[in-house]
Amino acid sequence: MTQATAHAAPSSAPGALLRAGVMVLVAALVMAVALSAGPRAGAILAIGLGFGLALEGFRFGFTGPWRRMILEGDASGLLAQLLAIGIVACAALPLLAANGAELKGAHAPIGFAMVGGAFVFGAAMQVVLGCGSGTLVNAGSGNAIGAMALPFFAIGSFAGAYHLSWWTALGSLPVATLDGTGGLAITLAGLAGIAALALRLGRKGSHRLPARYWGAALALAVLAILHLVVAGQPWGVVYGLGLWVAKAVVAVGGDLSGSVFWSAPANAAQVEASLLTDVTSLTDLGLIGGAALVAWWRAGFASPVGVLPARAWVAVIVAGLVLGYSSRLAFGCNIGAFFSGVATGSAHGWVWFIAAFAGSWVGIRLRPALGLEARK
Amino acid sequence: MRRVHVAMLVGLGILGLVALDQLQSDPLNPYTAPPMLALGSGLAATGGHCAAPPPPAR
Repeated sequence: MTQATAHAAPSSAPGALLRAGVMVLVAALVMAVALSAGPRAGAILAIGLGFGLALEGFRFGFTGPWRRMILEGDASGLLAQLLAIGIVACAALPLLAANGAELKGAHAPIGFAMVGGAFVFGAAMQVVLGCGSGTLVNAGSGNAIGAMALPFFAIGSFAGAYHLSWWTALGSLPVATLDGTGGLAITLAGLAGIAALALRLGRKGSHRLPARYWGAALALAVLAILHLVVAGQPWGVVYGLGLWVAKAVVAVGGDLSGSVFWSAPANAAQVEASLLTDVTSLTDLGLIGGAALVAWWRAGFASPVGVLPARAWVAVIVAGLVLGYSSRLAFGCNIGAFFSGVATGSAHGWVWFIAAFAGSWVGIRLRPALGLEARK
Repeated sequence: MRRVHVAMLVGLGILGLVALDQLQSDPLNPYTAPPMLALGSGLAATGGHCAAPPPPAR
C-alpha cells in the first residue's frame, strides 16, 4: 500500500526468532479477546488482522488503483478489485438468499445525500491517498498522513452518523437489492461490464494483473466471505470509527439523546457495550495491527517521515473529517458501500462507485493545489 | 522522525482507546457472547454497519 514501505532497507528486518515471538504474541492477543469477549470476537479480530496483512502485504488498496486508472490508464488494480467483489458475490448472494435471518447484506437506500456523500468521499480519498481501509492501513504502517487523518476520520464519522437521519430525509428511494440467482447474474454482468469499459479506456497491457494483485484479490475475497459467515454481516469500516468517538463523547459527559442515530436503541446499547463486542471496531483494530505487522516485518518502519508544508497538514485534517462525514451520508466507504454493497447485491453500491469515481477525478486535481504533490 | 515513531503513536492511541473503553463500558461476559459463527447460529444479525439505514428523522 505504501511505496516507502516497499523499498525499505532490508538490513534492519527483524530476525526469525523475533518474528516467531511476535506471531505468538499476536496469537495470544487474539486468544485473550476470544476468552474475554467470546469466540466470535476473537475470530473477527483475526479476520481483521488478515485484511491488514493482505492489503499491506500485497501493497493493494482502492485509492491508488483508481488514481492509476484516471492518470495513467492502468486498469489492472481496478480489475483486481472487481475480481474480488465478483468472487465474494458468488458466495454472499446464495448465502444471503438461504440464510436471510442470520446474515445481512450491506443494503442501503439511494438518495441525494448518498450520491453527494460518495462524490465527496471519492474526492477526499484522493487528497489523502487513503480510503476507509487505506487510512487504517496507512496509519498502522507508520504513514504520518494516514495517522493524522485517522482521528479526524473518526470524528467525521461520528458527526455524519449524528446527522444521518436529517440528510436521508432530504430524499431517498426505497432500498433496492439484487437477490438470488438472477441478482448474482446481474451483479457479475455489471462487474464484467465495468471491467470491459476499464479495459477499453485503459492503456494496452493493463489486462495483465501482477501476481500480487491476484494474491490480494483472492485473499480479500476469502476473508470477506469468512467475515460474512462469522459476523453475520459484510465487511465494513466506518461505523466502528464513529462509535469510538461516540464512546469518548459519553465518557466526558456528553449527551447523545439529540441524535436520532446515536439514541436509537441498538446504537445506544453499542455505545454502552465494550468495543470488543462491535464487529467493525474489531476488524478496524485488526486492519491497523495487520498493516503494522507487515511494515515491521519488511523493516518499513525505518523509513523517514516526509516533510510537508503546513497547508498540506491542514488539508489532511479537513480531508479526514470530510472522509468520515461523507462516508456516513454515502452509507459506507469503499469497503462498506462499494466492496460489500455490490458483493451483497445492494443497488447503492453501484451508484456509490460511479459517484465516488467521479469525485476521485476531482480529488486528484486538488492535490497539487493543496501542496500535497508538486504541480506539473 | 521515522515511521516507527508514527506507528508507536498510533499503537499507543489504540491501546489507550481500548483500555479506557474497558474502564467505562459494560463488563465483558464470554458466557453470554454469541457463538463463533453467525451462519447456522439461529440468531438474527444485529451488529452495527455503515450501510444500515438510519431511524427516521424525528
